[in-house]
Amino acid sequence: MAAYDGVFDGLGLRDWCDVGKEDAPMSMAQLLAQSGGGGAVAEEGGLPFPSLDVLHEACGRIGQTRDLTAGIERGFLSIRSELKFVLDPITQPLSWMLDGTLWVFQSAPWWVMIPALLLITWLVSRSKSVTAFVALVLLFFGFIDHYEVAMQTLAIVFVCTGLSVLLGVPIGIGMSKSDTAQRTIVPILDLLQTLPTFVYLIPLIFLFSVTESKLYGIAIILYAIVPVIRLTDLGIRLVDKDVIEAANAFGLTAWQKLSRVELPLALPNIMAGVNQTIMMSLAMVVIASLVSAPGLGVLVLRGIRNLELGVGIVAGLGIVLLAVILDRVSKAALARVDTGRKER
Amino acid sequence: MTAKVSLRGLYKIFGPDDTAMVPHVQAGMDKTTLLEKHKHVLGLRDINVDMQPGEITVIMGLSGSGKSTLIRHLNRLIDPSAGEILVDGQDVMKMGQAALRDLRQKQMSMVFQKFALLPHKTVLENAQLPLSVQGADKATCDAEGRKWLARVGLEGFEDRYPAQLSGGMQQRVGIARALTANTDIMLMDEAFSALDPLIRTDMQNLLLELQKELHKTIVFITHDLDEALKLADHLVILKDGAVVQQGEPQGILLAPSDPYIEDFVSDINRARVLRVRSVMGPVSDESFDGEVDASRNLEDMIALTGGDTNHIYRVTDGGEVVGQLDMKDLVKALVPRPATGLDR
Repeated sequence: MAAYDGVFDGLGLRDWCDVGKEDAPMSMAQLLAQSGGGGAVAEEGGLPFPSLDVLHEACGRIGQTRDLTAGIERGFLSIRSELKFVLDPITQPLSWMLDGTLWVFQSAPWWVMIPALLLITWLVSRSKSVTAFVALVLLFFGFIDHYEVAMQTLAIVFVCTGLSVLLGVPIGIGMSKSDTAQRTIVPILDLLQTLPTFVYLIPLIFLFSVTESKLYGIAIILYAIVPVIRLTDLGIRLVDKDVIEAANAFGLTAWQKLSRVELPLALPNIMAGVNQTIMMSLAMVVIASLVSAPGLGVLVLRGIRNLELGVGIVAGLGIVLLAVILDRVSKAALARVDTGRKER
Repeated sequence: MTAKVSLRGLYKIFGPDDTAMVPHVQAGMDKTTLLEKHKHVLGLRDINVDMQPGEITVIMGLSGSGKSTLIRHLNRLIDPSAGEILVDGQDVMKMGQAALRDLRQKQMSMVFQKFALLPHKTVLENAQLPLSVQGADKATCDAEGRKWLARVGLEGFEDRYPAQLSGGMQQRVGIARALTANTDIMLMDEAFSALDPLIRTDMQNLLLELQKELHKTIVFITHDLDEALKLADHLVILKDGAVVQQGEPQGILLAPSDPYIEDFVSDINRARVLRVRSVMGPVSDESFDGEVDASRNLEDMIALTGGDTNHIYRVTDGGEVVGQLDMKDLVKALVPRPATGLDR
C-alpha cells in the first residue's frame, strides 16, 4: 500500500494508473522493501514528500526520477550523430591550431623559445622589471625540469585566449548595440560561468573522441570567453554619452563610430576582460587535463591520483607562477593603454 | 531675407506613443495633465522660429525649458513628434540616413556644453575630426586643423591631449572642431556654461570676433540672460517647452510681454545692455550738447555726462543723424517696465 493510493483512487484515476502495471520497472525503494522487509518505512514516516518515485509507487503511469535523467541521456544520444556532423567540421580547425601551437612550443629549442617569449613580453609591456621577472620564472621552470610541461600549458592558454578574444569581442560589441541581444546572451553567460566545469565536459566527451585536442579546447574557451564578452559589452556601454552624441552630430558612420570612438574608449575595459580570460583559461587547464590536455595539469592530476604530494604541489605552484607572469604582463599592457590617453 | 533654418509647428513629446499625444497637446492640454493622464512628458510645444543667415539666434530659458531638446532637433539628434524643420528650404524630416549624415557633416556643426572631445586623440586630431570623417586626405586635414586651432588661439598645443588643457582651452578646441567642418550653420549648446565667468567673457568675445569675419548662422543656447543679450541678433525665450517671446533683444528688454520675462530682465544691468538706439527719440530740438553714436550703451552715456540729466545729444549712425537722446529719457529707461498689457 503506497502513501498516495487514496489520492488517485479519489480522483478516479485508478484504472488509468493500472494500465500495464505489470511491466513497470521496479524502483530502488521497492527492491529494498522486497529484500529487506523495510516496507514499514513509508508507514512510520507518515506522509512522504510526493516526489516522482513516491507517486510512482501509487500510480504506475507516473514516471520515476531515473526516467528524467535517462530521458536526457536518450535525447542527447539521439541527436548526437547530427550534432557531431555539424560541430565536428566547424571545430576541426581548433584541433589543428592547438596541435600546431603545441608542436611549435615543444619543438622550438629553449634558447629560441625563451628569448622569443621575452621579446613578446617586452613589446606588450614595455617594462624592464616585468620582462626580467618573466625571464626569471621561465629559467626557473627549465631549472626544475618543468620547462616542457609549462610550455604545453602556455601554448594551450595562448590559443584558447586568442580565440576567446577573437570571438568574444564581436559578441560583446553585438550585445552593446542591442538590448535584446544583451537580454538573451547574459543568461547564457551566467550559465557558462556557474555550471560546474566538469558538467560541460560530459556532453563534449560524447561528441568528440577524448584523444582530440579540440575537446579540451572547447571546454576552456566556453569557460574563459565569458569575461571578455561581458567587459566588451560594459566598456562600450560606458563610453561617455556626450562623446557619442558629438560623434553623431559630426555625421560619423556606424563603423567610424565603432572604430574611432567606441572601441578605443572601451579598450581599458576590454583589456581587463582579456586579463580575466587568461586567468580563467589557466584555471581550466587543470580540469582539461582530465580529457587529455597536456601540461602542468597532468602532473597535478598525477599528484592526486597517485597521492604523489611533491609532484602535485610543484606542478600546482608552477601554475601559480604561470598565472602571475601572465597577469603581470597583461596588466602592464593594460596600464600602458590607460596612461597613453590620460597624461604622459 | 529668407530664413536659413525654420522650425514650423514643432512638437516634441517624450513617451512610448508620442505622436498619438500630439492632438491632445494641440487641443491645449498642459504639461502636468499630460503627465498625469497619459504618462507622457511634454518637451516642446508649437515652436515656430526663423533663423536668419549670418545672424546669431540665441535660445534662452531656464533648465527644463526644452532649449537643449530644441537645438538637437535641428540636426535630428532628437526626432520631433510633429512639425517641420527646414534647412535652406529642405525638410530635414524627409531626409534618409545618407542625406542626414551629409547634412551633419557639411551643413551643421555643433559645440557642446561638456566639450565632448575624444580623450584618446590629440588636440589636432580632435580639431580635424570633421574633415577626416569626410575622408579628406591627411595634408588637408592637418592644414585646416592647424589653421583653425591657431585662429582660436591654440597654436603650439596641437600635440597635447584634451585632458592636459583647461576647460576654456578645451572649449576652444571644440569651437575649432566646429569651424574645421566649414559649415554654414553652427549649433552651440550651452557652449560657455561650464566655464568660469572671466573665461566665459573671453569666449563670448572670441565668438563675436569670429562671427564678424565668418558670418555663420549660429544657434546659441544659454540660460544666462547677460550672455544672451550680448550675443543675440534674435532672441527666443522658452518656458516649459513653448516660446514666450522672440525678437530683437533690446525690444524684449524694453517691452517684456510676460511676467516671466519681466522677472528675468529685472535683474540685469540695463545700462550696459541697452543702447542709445533703443531709447532715443525723434529730432525735435535745435541745439545739442554733443553728438553720440547710436550703438553706444547707456553706461557709456552716463559716464560721459558725469550723471548730469540735463543734457541732450544728437544721435548719429554712420555719420547720419538718426534721432536725439534726452538724458532724462535715458534714466527712465533704466527702470524695469511691467509687461505690456498687464496692470500692476
